[in-house]
Amino acid sequence: MIHFVLLISRQGKVRLTKWYSPYAQKERTKVIRELSGLILTRGPKLCNFVEWRGFKVVYRRYASLYFCMCIDAADNELEVLEIIHHFVEILDRYFGSVCELDLIFNFHKAYYILDEILIAGELQESSKKIVARLIAAQDSLVEAAKEEASSISNMIAQATK
Amino acid sequence: MNPFSSGTRLRDMIRAIRACKTAAEERAVVRKECAAIRSAISENDQDYRHRNIAKLMFIHMLGYPTHFGQMECLKLIASAGFPEKRIGYLGLMLLLDERQEVLMLVTNSLKQDLNHTNQYIVGLALCALGNICSAEMARDLAPEVERLLLTRDPNIKKKAALCSIRIIRKVPDLAENVLSQAASLLKEKHHGVLIAGVQLCTDLCKVSADATKYLRKNCTEGLVRILKDVSNSPYAPEYDIAGITDPFLHIRVLRLMRMLGQGDADTSESINDILAQVASKTESNKNAGNAILYECVETIMGIEATSGLRVLAINILGRFLSNRDNNIRYVALNMLMKAIAVDSQAVQRHRTTILECVKDSDASIRKRALELVFLLVNDTNAKPLTKELVDYLEVSDQDFKGDLTAKICSIVEKFSQEKKWYIDQMFKVLSLAGNYVKDDVWHALIVAIGNAPDLQGYSVRSLYKAFQTSSEQVSLVRVAVWCIGEYGEMLVTNVGVLEVEEPMTVTESDAVDVLEDCLTRHSSDITTRSMSLIALLKLSSRFPPTSERIKEIITAHKGSVVLELQQRAIEFNSIIQKHQNIKSSLVERMPVLDESTYIAKRTSSSQADIVADKSTQPSSAGTSLKLPNGVSKPAAAPLVDLLDLSSDDTPVPTSTSNDFLHDLLGIDLTNSSSSGTAPTAGTDILMDLLSIGTTPVQSNAAPEIVSSNKAFAPTSKPAPTTVQVVDLLDGLSSNGSHSEAQTPIYPSITAFQSSTLKITFSFTKQPEKPQVTQIQATFMNLSSDAYADFIFQAAVPKFVQLQLDPASSNHLPASGNGTITQTLTVTNSQHGQKALAMRIRIVYKVNNQEKLEQGQINNFPSGL
Repeated sequence: MIHFVLLISRQGKVRLTKWYSPYAQKERTKVIRELSGLILTRGPKLCNFVEWRGFKVVYRRYASLYFCMCIDAADNELEVLEIIHHFVEILDRYFGSVCELDLIFNFHKAYYILDEILIAGELQESSKKIVARLIAAQDSLVEAAKEEASSISNMIAQATK
Repeated sequence: MNPFSSGTRLRDMIRAIRACKTAAEERAVVRKECAAIRSAISENDQDYRHRNIAKLMFIHMLGYPTHFGQMECLKLIASAGFPEKRIGYLGLMLLLDERQEVLMLVTNSLKQDLNHTNQYIVGLALCALGNICSAEMARDLAPEVERLLLTRDPNIKKKAALCSIRIIRKVPDLAENVLSQAASLLKEKHHGVLIAGVQLCTDLCKVSADATKYLRKNCTEGLVRILKDVSNSPYAPEYDIAGITDPFLHIRVLRLMRMLGQGDADTSESINDILAQVASKTESNKNAGNAILYECVETIMGIEATSGLRVLAINILGRFLSNRDNNIRYVALNMLMKAIAVDSQAVQRHRTTILECVKDSDASIRKRALELVFLLVNDTNAKPLTKELVDYLEVSDQDFKGDLTAKICSIVEKFSQEKKWYIDQMFKVLSLAGNYVKDDVWHALIVAIGNAPDLQGYSVRSLYKAFQTSSEQVSLVRVAVWCIGEYGEMLVTNVGVLEVEEPMTVTESDAVDVLEDCLTRHSSDITTRSMSLIALLKLSSRFPPTSERIKEIITAHKGSVVLELQQRAIEFNSIIQKHQNIKSSLVERMPVLDESTYIAKRTSSSQADIVADKSTQPSSAGTSLKLPNGVSKPAAAPLVDLLDLSSDDTPVPTSTSNDFLHDLLGIDLTNSSSSGTAPTAGTDILMDLLSIGTTPVQSNAAPEIVSSNKAFAPTSKPAPTTVQVVDLLDGLSSNGSHSEAQTPIYPSITAFQSSTLKITFSFTKQPEKPQVTQIQATFMNLSSDAYADFIFQAAVPKFVQLQLDPASSNHLPASGNGTITQTLTVTNSQHGQKALAMRIRIVYKVNNQEKLEQGQINNFPSGL
């Protein structure tokens, strides 16, 4: 089971956090600080796994961002690396060669995508196409609602002119 | 732009925060935003609620408190539109976690959304429930989720399956409700549903053995088919990763197969073929393929696989181990640890490679490899492996030394067949990484040296040499100081030189130099310095020519700002000045600790036990004394306290002899305790020393005094004085036990009586806990011989819980001249319905002969 997902920038800034196991607010800050100290200092050729508090943290660096997932000691680390890559590829398709700025300004979209990939710390969907389709469908629902709202407000604006 | 908009847009806020150059600027921006959001909340602004929550999520991610927005999330979720709900659920998952009370308020909205006609809204609700639901919510909403498992839409189905995983993790009782649905999910074609379904089945197996049985019967064939289909499938672009179709599904099916095949030969038999196919056919040049192979190997190791399959698995691991990719090597090491249980011979073959991994530059790999090496050590390879590890200790990273040292120490302790090897290895470790050696390890080393008379000279000389080169290693210094204090003369006179030793000449003053160096250098801590003081005192009687110099060193410390050192210096000074005649007997060698008992004790009882033991001992001797808070204070102090007070409290005229005796006892106790070990650090050796009772001079004339006072026995002082002191404590302790007696609600009973032993129980109960009874057991020896190693054991019926506290002593003086007390706490879960009963067993030694007494107690007062 994945206990949490962290996206940390090279500078140690948090870009995304998702907790599937209960961690208190204070504990979360501590965990993030501990792990960024542990992971950001690791050299480039080392393995992508860090043992931490009896768990394993699998991380992978993409440009300036570290994608980290914390799993149980008995889980398959290599598979989690694939899950990370899966997530990144979907982000990449959605944003069109994703960069850190996309994830900063559209952080909520990154969360929506993650929610289509993982639930309860388990993988939900192995097809990138299906995830993309689901996200697009929900985005268009939002767009439709927005248009409706703006047309209503236009009507109100015209009526009150 | 909406004409009614106020405040900044989300994008603008993020930009403003990113533009901040200092943390203070950022805080100011965030504070301003938070203030705006708060006021919007209090005005109940609906138009920008979703934007405010989005902002709060960003602020939350930066680590600022955002609890005030939690209720807004609930409002968004309760609103009708999809966009509001979407952001509301996201906020819910981000800003709240399952322990917050607020979460309960969302249950109703969730229920409605789970029944919504829009599949995306149902999806949102399922996702939120799956990510943060608590046990209560799981119970409330499980029926909805179970219903959704049966819908036609695959996207809802997979979400419902994962949500069920969370539910059964929180409330395992609900597992059986979803069992048949879970099994039917495995018949689907949609990969998302399959993945979720297989995972759900795996989790069902974890919580329920019945589920495992059911799935074994109904799903094994289906799983084999899924795996066959997916591994033989032609190129499927949607699921393809590095030429493999859906490795995620592969892995999950393999994992479920492991759960089902574990300990079940039939199931294992039916999956053998497909495992062999996956293990041999999967491409291993990409990570995805290796992930599958890794899972496959783990499954082969986990089930009742054929030997051919196991060989295949071990070979895959061998290939992994020689891979250049660190990730693959890491998982190989990980798996080999499990493989040891299956085929240790095969793993031994890779020993050299594994040993190389211990020296890897990657900390994660090093750690795994070290654990594995530890498992690989056996009697035949212990020596070469230890040598390799010790050699590596010299060059290893600082932050790895701690782990490495601990492992070497336990290998050396576990596999030492000869003492000299053990001592040699320990000395090497101490001089290379003495700062990382745990206290109990070097304590054990001292015990071992004490037990090896023919190696003491060798040890002290080696330590002296090691000290010259590695005097910065704390525990090396301590062991050296202790040994020089005890066996200093062997250092100078070269007693018992072994053949391998190089001859060396050390003068008496060289030895004193070492101790003075330890005492005065600023890097030494109090423990080391206290030990050095004791060692100096010991040397002053062993090396008469240096006694004048030692006296000066000790005198110099009479003004030490550290209380412990000052006290010791003053006490030792008075020994040297006033009591030359008894000094030599005072500073005799420490009695040898029984090694096997020590090791047994060290492994069985934790430090905490010993501390508890210690604090009960003085209290049973007399509660009218100030209870020494012996937990953190140096052990010597309470003992001195105890004797000090006793002379004040009793109206015995203070004769000179008494005074002298008092002095003597005080000093002796300090002495024996602190030279045993460091008083501030580990007092366990001291406690062992006191309670094991190896002191041979223990006479019958010393009744009533519990073992903590035994330490004065070996000083062989004139008999009359002993009696005096004994009397003095005797009176006190009887007083003590009276004052200690709590007002009994229940009459005391004689629980057991034989011709040799009497046990009485007195009872106390706290009124608010009627089920719990504290029993104070008092043991009295009716025979004329003292009992040693006295152990009391008790057993109770199933409905009663029993907790035994440590006994006040394990030595029971003869003829009723003293008692042992022990507290038992029993919890009667059927209080008021069933009466207490107890079986007891007492084991002890009389004149070194084991004795056993047993009995049953049925005469407990009613109402316990």
